[in-house]
Amino acid sequence: MLAYILRRVLYAIPILIGVNLITFLLFFVVNTPDDMARMQLGTRRVTAEAIEKWKAEQGYDKPLLLNAKADGAGKLTQTIFYEKSVRLFAFDFGPAEDGRDIASEIRTRMWPSLALALPVLLVGLAVNITFAMLMAFFRATYLDFWGVVLCVAMMSISALFYIIGGQYVASKLWHLVPISGYAGGMDAGKFLVLPVLIGVIGGIGAGSRWYRTLFLEEMSRDYVRTARAKGLAESVVLFRHVLKNAMIPILTGVVVVVPLLFMGSLLTESFFGIPGLGSYTIDAIQAQDFAVVRSMVFIGSVLYILGLLLTDVSYTLVDPRIKLQ
Amino acid sequence: MRIILILLAFLAGCGEVWNDPYPAEERGKNIFYTSFVNRPKHLDPVQSYTSDEADFTQQVYEPPLQYHYLKRPYELVPLTAVEVPKPTALEGGKFTVYEVRIKPGIRYQPHPGFVAANHPLAPEKIRSMKSPYELPLGTRELVADDYIYQIKRLAHPRLHSPIFGLMAEYIVGLSDYAKRLRSLGPNNGWLDLREHPLKGVERVDSHTFRVTLNGSYPQFIYWLAMPFFAPMPWEAERFFSQPGMAEKNFTLDWWPVGTGPYMLTENNPNARMLLERNPNFRGEPYPSEGEAGDAAAGLLNDAGKTMPFIDRVVYTREKESIPYWNKFLQGYYDISGIGSDQFDQAVRVSIEGDANVTAEMEQKGIRLSTSVETTTGYIAFNWLDPVVGGGSERARKLRHAISIAVDIEEQIAIFSNGRGIPAQGPIAPGIFGYREGREGINPVVYEWRDDKPVRKSLETARRLLGEAGYPNGRDARTGQPLILYFDTVVRGAGDKAAFDWYRQQFDKLSIQLEIRTTDWNRFQEKIRKGDTQTFRLGWNADYPDPENFLFLLHGPQSRAKTQGENAANYVNPEYDALFEKMKNLPNSPRRQQLIDRMVAIARDDAPWIWGVHPKNYSLRHSWVGNDKPNTMARNSLKYLRIDAERRAQLRHEWNRPVVLPAALILIVLFASAIPALVSYRRRERMAARPAA
Repeated sequence: MLAYILRRVLYAIPILIGVNLITFLLFFVVNTPDDMARMQLGTRRVTAEAIEKWKAEQGYDKPLLLNAKADGAGKLTQTIFYEKSVRLFAFDFGPAEDGRDIASEIRTRMWPSLALALPVLLVGLAVNITFAMLMAFFRATYLDFWGVVLCVAMMSISALFYIIGGQYVASKLWHLVPISGYAGGMDAGKFLVLPVLIGVIGGIGAGSRWYRTLFLEEMSRDYVRTARAKGLAESVVLFRHVLKNAMIPILTGVVVVVPLLFMGSLLTESFFGIPGLGSYTIDAIQAQDFAVVRSMVFIGSVLYILGLLLTDVSYTLVDPRIKLQ
Repeated sequence: MRIILILLAFLAGCGEVWNDPYPAEERGKNIFYTSFVNRPKHLDPVQSYTSDEADFTQQVYEPPLQYHYLKRPYELVPLTAVEVPKPTALEGGKFTVYEVRIKPGIRYQPHPGFVAANHPLAPEKIRSMKSPYELPLGTRELVADDYIYQIKRLAHPRLHSPIFGLMAEYIVGLSDYAKRLRSLGPNNGWLDLREHPLKGVERVDSHTFRVTLNGSYPQFIYWLAMPFFAPMPWEAERFFSQPGMAEKNFTLDWWPVGTGPYMLTENNPNARMLLERNPNFRGEPYPSEGEAGDAAAGLLNDAGKTMPFIDRVVYTREKESIPYWNKFLQGYYDISGIGSDQFDQAVRVSIEGDANVTAEMEQKGIRLSTSVETTTGYIAFNWLDPVVGGGSERARKLRHAISIAVDIEEQIAIFSNGRGIPAQGPIAPGIFGYREGREGINPVVYEWRDDKPVRKSLETARRLLGEAGYPNGRDARTGQPLILYFDTVVRGAGDKAAFDWYRQQFDKLSIQLEIRTTDWNRFQEKIRKGDTQTFRLGWNADYPDPENFLFLLHGPQSRAKTQGENAANYVNPEYDALFEKMKNLPNSPRRQQLIDRMVAIARDDAPWIWGVHPKNYSLRHSWVGNDKPNTMARNSLKYLRIDAERRAQLRHEWNRPVVLPAALILIVLFASAIPALVSYRRRERMAARPAA
């Protein structure tokens, strides 16, 4: 398995270079270094000299991808792409365009993101599995039919509606929780109740429907018929046999998103004033802060690759028949 | 279930509010709660230039001067200076000297930079710190050298002061000073500017310094009221220059150091900023005089009392307008602006045009204050464009026709809920040179009828269009329809209505308007290159002087030619000559005369469709006192007063938890599981079906 993991890690390097190159190209198709300088320096009373000075200091006074004036390897290394990308692979993110340290920001902001995303994932998983099990158990009954209708209806509603509706009802009408805000430590609880609840409710439709399909597929297998024939209680059949065997596709979906929980939720964090990495990324895009955008995309790619790797490894844990070679 | 109900009933009976976003220990305390949208980029006074940043910097930093809080028109008064300095001309006006005398005994906020033991710090100590205020703190007296140090920082090679270019033109030797500092080579450590004298700034004594300017620049006095000219203790800069500090965001851009009434003790620009009373603040008396009506409004009740009145100011980051507005209504923010979505809920406008709060707001004791901003929004005609630009009679008449057809009053009513007044020229109300009433109207667009300005008729506009060579919107020579291009930035889906409205305005003259939308960067680039025909833009005054508006039409400051602020690239030699005379004069009848002539020239040439001076509407709760809008100054926190007891009482009244519906939902959810449970049990007990 170690060889497999090592091979996957090596595969990740060209993927990360590719992601970095695409991010770079997409960013600089829309923004020029001059635009970035103006965004940082403001639009009032900014002189051409100030812009040149900013670009020189930030290393944006070089060609983007190819330095025709340089010799040898310098043609590639004395470019913005090389100089800005190479440090990323050592996880040295450097400062943002406004001079503030990116690593320090990430370390601070990942915890609020995680505090929101982890409960949403775990509670959501429990609720979705329970609801899906219920529908599967009562398959082909009115409960199953209306359950599926409810799921489709819930899937069709925009996440924004859940957020605004939730804030209106729980905070504005009933005054049960703060409408937005965040605090560290135990005080975070009262701010997280509503966004977590909304996150869970918002995910019920899609999650339960998918899990229901998985469970129904498993329930049609021979081993389930055998288990029932043996006289096992339906709860035992469902929880001990069906759930266990449905874990592989569930794990595929869950484990892959676990590392990405650090990246935060763009919409929820913004509406609830949660200072996580999602709102950090949005702010950076709006401020045309390439250093932050590049770093966040890089981290996102690394975490996604990590998630896929963890998924593969987790297969071996839930299904002894699978061997990684 | 029973336990949940008992718990809910118990919590409801506790008498506490549940939706309070602030810690319980803050309840009833003398704290002002407000919000911010954008995280400040720079809190270093040499770099900070936006109003978002000024909300923080102007509570901490104290330049020599400030604006009188109550008097209008805006008036400069001393802050740390003993008096407002008078300019002295030298060598027949070749140079001007401002001598600033600082009050003795002013002390800095507590700061680790003033403690010798904090420099140098061990790297591991820096790495373990969460705030610079964890270290031993010290202070010292403010001296003239601190102002000199800050002026030198304008030319610092590693700092980007937006006003360096402007000040280098005036402060003697500043341009060479920057070159000299750059020639020292790369230096990542502390650059001790005390070792490098600047010719145009000299120390007279410990509490007096002198700034020498090239020629005359009367507007310099206004810059002395901005944080660019606030004092900077060298010890603070040296403290933050230690290796490892920047990696922890311990910089002057993050942790300001000043002599003002407040000090920034928490800087989490992602969520919360905290200003606390500076224990070393000398105290400053509340103004004893204001303008007419201030006494009746209770704005002089605290006359002579020592400021600040509030102990702490909590800024919470609120990026979305819906939660922000609801928190204001729940009493968790003390003051609020009014977004377009909330306007109808908050404000009712009478038939006479008077604005007041709605019954819902009135019931909560919320009050409305309005002020006209020192801002001019306009639609520019690019002077370099062959169709709409230039000084020809044809182009002038075309611009006049369009200026009449574009109904600014309608635009204000539809898109700004009436919050604005149509501009009659470049100068905003409240600024010297602005004229009210009949003598202030733009005769190109308006007539004075029934004691008010009335927009000229569309017939007049069509006649002018015909005289310009475009009868019925078609080129008289070619018969082709006149097509004009309007460059603008797309901000959201709501812009479509505004674009349709612009098309309709031009369509009144049968002119086809093509809207060219783009992003902000490309829009700016087009303007810089002069690659536009018409576009909309605006200007907020830096200081309350007509020069700060009239320079927007000064030919030598053409955006396309010199990257100046004249975005329309307008040129009129007579206007330019008058500008040179006007800018150096003190406010006087002679200056008014020159301004009147300049405004008349600009109106006749019409390089802009004179757009709108926006009106600022803000709401405040009944527990907030001494609140008067001041669009020039942002250091108003020290004047405000809070009745914290009343706020606590009203918050409690307005936010009682409503538990019953939530409990009912829980009951229904639990109850709905019962049939499933019964059915499950029945199934489990069911015998196998007999074969058919």
